Amino acid sequence: MTETQNETEGQLLDRFQRAAFGYFLEQFNPENGLVADTSRAGAPASIAVVGFALSCYPVGAQRGWITRADAAARALVTLRFLCDSRQDGQAEATGYKGFYFHFLDMKTGKRVWESELSLIDSTLLLAGVLTAGLYFSEQTPCEIEIRARADALYRRIDWQWARGGAATLRQGWKPESGFLHYGWDGYSEATILYVLGLASPSHPLPHGSFQAWKVTYQWENIYDYELLYAGPLFIHYFSQIWIDFDGVRDRFMRAKDSDYFENSRRAVYVQREYARRNPHGFEGYGSDCWGLSANDGPGGKTLKIAGLERRFLGYAARGAPYGPDDGTISPCAALASLPFAPELALSALRHFCTRYPEMVRESRLPSGFNPTWPGRGPAGWVSDGYFGLDQGLVVLMIENYRSRLIWNLTRRCPYFGSGLRRAGFTGGWLS
Amino acid sequence: MKPDHSPQVSPDARNRRELVQHARPPDWRNPSPAEKYHLAVVGAGPGGIAGARAAAALGAKVALIERDLIGGDRLNVGCVPSKAIIRTARLYADMRDAVDLGGVRPSDTDVVFSMVMERMRRIQGRLSQADSASRLSEAGIDVYFGEARFSGAERLTVAGEVLRFGKALIATGARASTPSIPGLAEAGYLTNESVFNLTECPRRLLVIGGGPLGCELAQAFCRFGARVIIAQDDPMFLPKEERDAAQILSEALARDGVEIHLNTKVVAVRKEATQKLVDLECDGDRFSIAVDEILAGIGRTPNVENMNLEVAGVRYDTEAGVYVDDYLRTSNRRIYAAGDVCLEYKFTHAAVASARIAVKNALFLGRRRLSALTIPWCTYTDPEIAHVGMYVREAREKLIPVSTFTILMHDVDRAVTDGEDEGFVKLHVRQGSDQILGATVVARHAGEMINGLSLAISSGIGLRTVARVIHTYPTQAEAIKMAADAYRRTRLTPLLRSLCRRWLAW
Repeated sequence: MTETQNETEGQLLDRFQRAAFGYFLEQFNPENGLVADTSRAGAPASIAVVGFALSCYPVGAQRGWITRADAAARALVTLRFLCDSRQDGQAEATGYKGFYFHFLDMKTGKRVWESELSLIDSTLLLAGVLTAGLYFSEQTPCEIEIRARADALYRRIDWQWARGGAATLRQGWKPESGFLHYGWDGYSEATILYVLGLASPSHPLPHGSFQAWKVTYQWENIYDYELLYAGPLFIHYFSQIWIDFDGVRDRFMRAKDSDYFENSRRAVYVQREYARRNPHGFEGYGSDCWGLSANDGPGGKTLKIAGLERRFLGYAARGAPYGPDDGTISPCAALASLPFAPELALSALRHFCTRYPEMVRESRLPSGFNPTWPGRGPAGWVSDGYFGLDQGLVVLMIENYRSRLIWNLTRRCPYFGSGLRRAGFTGGWLS
Repeated sequence: MKPDHSPQVSPDARNRRELVQHARPPDWRNPSPAEKYHLAVVGAGPGGIAGARAAAALGAKVALIERDLIGGDRLNVGCVPSKAIIRTARLYADMRDAVDLGGVRPSDTDVVFSMVMERMRRIQGRLSQADSASRLSEAGIDVYFGEARFSGAERLTVAGEVLRFGKALIATGARASTPSIPGLAEAGYLTNESVFNLTECPRRLLVIGGGPLGCELAQAFCRFGARVIIAQDDPMFLPKEERDAAQILSEALARDGVEIHLNTKVVAVRKEATQKLVDLECDGDRFSIAVDEILAGIGRTPNVENMNLEVAGVRYDTEAGVYVDDYLRTSNRRIYAAGDVCLEYKFTHAAVASARIAVKNALFLGRRRLSALTIPWCTYTDPEIAHVGMYVREAREKLIPVSTFTILMHDVDRAVTDGEDEGFVKLHVRQGSDQILGATVVARHAGEMINGLSLAISSGIGLRTVARVIHTYPTQAEAIKMAADAYRRTRLTPLLRSLCRRWLAW
C-alpha cells in the first residue's frame, strides 16, 4: 500500500507493465511460439494472445527486460510456425485462407475445442505479426526473415473470401458448418479488421465494405457525454492498440466533430459515471472503481446477498450502461484506458492497490474481481490466474501512453496508412 | 385449412359460451343481401370491424363477412388472451420479488393454471361484447357468417348468397406459420392459436423463435413454473429491434430462468413415449433436449387462400399476402385490403388504422397514404419494448445524420421507487434539428410511454417543445422529458454560455 503511494507515476507504471509482460515469457512455447490463452493448467493457445505477444516483444526489448536477440528469436519461431502450419481448413488444421482457428493446441498447434476460424482474432494476430515486422528492421538474417515472413503472412489472407458473399465481413467460419451466420452489428473492435482488409495488396476488401459495416453505428448522448456507443471497454481499445486515431477521422467522425481516440476517452468517462451512479448497488463501485469489459467472472450462479438475489456470470462481455453487469470489474480494462483518460486510469490503479491489495498479486492484475461476491477480502471474488489478452492490453496501452512505441511503428507501415485512407480516414498523422 | 395441432383442448365451458354467443351466435341467421353494398368487408377482425363501422357510420351500406369468430386474432388467439395471461405472470413475478419491494413473499405462490386460463376466457368474453354480432348489426352492418369467395370483379358469394358490391375490403388477417422442421408436425406442436387451449402448464416447454410472440410466451410460461427453453436462429432476440433492447430482454429472460439458446436452429423433432426429443444445432454443434410441449412462434402467414382472388383479379403472394399500393388498393381498383393480410407489420392497431384509410380512399375519393402513418409497436415482455418511427440504421441507410438522446430508467425517480428501473428511453433526432425521427422505449410500461412519442412524431412536435411540456412528477414517462432536456443542454454552446455569463455579470 505504502509502496503505491510513494511511487512516482513512472515507477508505478513500470512495475505493472513489467509484471504483465512476464506473462508472455511464462506462457510461451519455445517450440512453436504459441502463447497460452490463460495461465490455467491445460489452457490452449489463443491466436489473439499470440498477436499481443508479438507486439509485446518489441516493448520488452525496448525496455531492456529481454535482449533484442531474444525478442527477435521469439518472434521468428512464432512466424515460422504460422507460415508452415496446416492451412487446409480441415478440422485439425491450424488455419484456412490465411486466417487461423481461434484456439490451438499449445504443443501441436492444431485446432482445439472445435473453435471457429476467427476473423477478429486472426486480425489481432496479424497486427502483432506486422508490428514484429516493423520493429525488427535490422539487416541480420533473423530480422530479415521476420520481415519477409510477416509480409507473406499478410499477403496470403483472403479477405474477399471472408465476406462470404455479403457486403461486410463474417465473424468466422467452421469446417463443419461454413460461415457463422451472424455478422458484426454496431460499433465494435473490428475497425482494424477493415483497415487491414482494405489495404491488402493481394485480396483487398471492396471500398464499400467499411461503409456497409458502419450502417449500424449509433451516436448517443448518455449521461451528457456524446459518443459512438459500445458497452464493453475492450471494444474501444483493441483497434487503438495499433492505430493512433488522435485527429484521424472518417466521414462519420468528421460529421460529429470527434475522432475515435476522443470517443474512447468519452467511453471511459461514461463507464466511470455509470459506476458512480451504481444503479444496481454493487459493492465497491465508485469514482475509482469502474471498468466493465470482456473478462472472467465468478460463474453462472445465483446467490442471495443482503436479501437481494444476484445472478453472476462467468467469462462474459460486460458493458455499461445497458449491461450485462454482475458487479465484476476488469481492473486491466481500467488501467488500459491510460492513453485516453490517464487521470482516471492512474487514480483507479492506485485505488485498486490500496483498497484491494489481495487482488493485486505481484503487481499483476487479474482478469476480474467482484467485491459483491462474498470472499476472503474486500475484493470478494478474484479471478484465478491471468488471461493473455488482459496482460497484453496492459503492456501495450501503458507503452503507448509512455512512449507511443506501437503507434509510431504502425505509422511507418504502408498497410495501415493505405487501409485507413481507403476507409475514408483523413487528418492527424495521415496528413 | 388451419391445421389443428392442439394437444389438449377443453376450454372453460361457461366463459367459452359467452365468447361464442357474442362472436358467432349459434342461432344467427345471415341477413337477406341488399341489392348492392357500397362496401363488402371480408374478415371481421379488428381491421374489418373498424372498416365496416367507419363506413356504416358515414351512411354506407355495408356487409361484413366472417368465416369463424368475430374479433379475429386479437380477441381470440392474440393480444387479448396473451396479455391476460401475461398479467397473471407478472403477478407471480412480483410475488417472487416481494422482498425486493419491501414486502414478504407469500407462503403459497403455487400456480393454478386453470385459474389463469379461466380468467383469460372471462376477459375474452367480456371484451367480445363491444363488437358482438348483434352490436355490429345494430350499427347498421349486415353480418354474414360463412366462407367468402369472389365470383367476379364486383361480387362474392357467402353461404350460398351472392353479394354485389361497389367496393370491397379484404381484411382476412394472418395465421401462425407452419415451421418446416422434420418430425415437428408428427410430434405435435402449439401455435399462438392453440397455446391458449392448454389445460395444464407444460412441465418442459421449448419455444421456437425469439420474436415478440416467442419471447412474451416464453417468459409467461416460465413464470408459471414451466422449464422453458427458447431456441432462436438469430444471434439476438427481436432481430428487428435495437441491439441494446434485445440485450436487456436477454438479461431479463435469463433472470426469470428461461434457458436461452441463441444462434440455434431446431433441426429435427421426434416423439418418444410422452415426451418430444428435439435436435438443436449451433454453429455445427448438435445436441438434443427432451420437452413436453413445443411452441412455434416463428411468424405469421397471410390468409389469402380459398377466396378465389384470381377470379376478382386481385394479385397476391402466399407469403407477402395481397399486394396493395400506398393507398391500400389491390390490382382490382374496386377492391382494397388492410391489416395482416397485406401489411408487413402485423399489429392490431396497424390493421385498424389501415382499414380506416382504405375505407376513406375506397368510398370517399380519399388519397390517404399508408406510408404517412406513424405506427408504434410493442413487445409485451417484462420489461416491455416499444418503438415508433425510424431506427438509427434506417436513418443512416437514408443518409440522414442522426443523434440519439438516451435516458436510463435507473435515473428516473418513479422507476426507482417502483422497482422498475430496468430499461431506457432513446430518442433519435435528426442531427442539427429537434425533429424526432424515431424512439425506442424499454421499460415495464413502455407500451404506454411510447404513445406520447407517437403523438409528437405524427404531429411534427420537436424536442424543444417536448422539453417545455410539464410532465407530472413522479412518473416514468418523465424519462421522455429528461431526454428532451439532455437535447436542450447540447444547444448550450460555449458562445451561448459566454454570452449568458456576460449578461449576468453586467
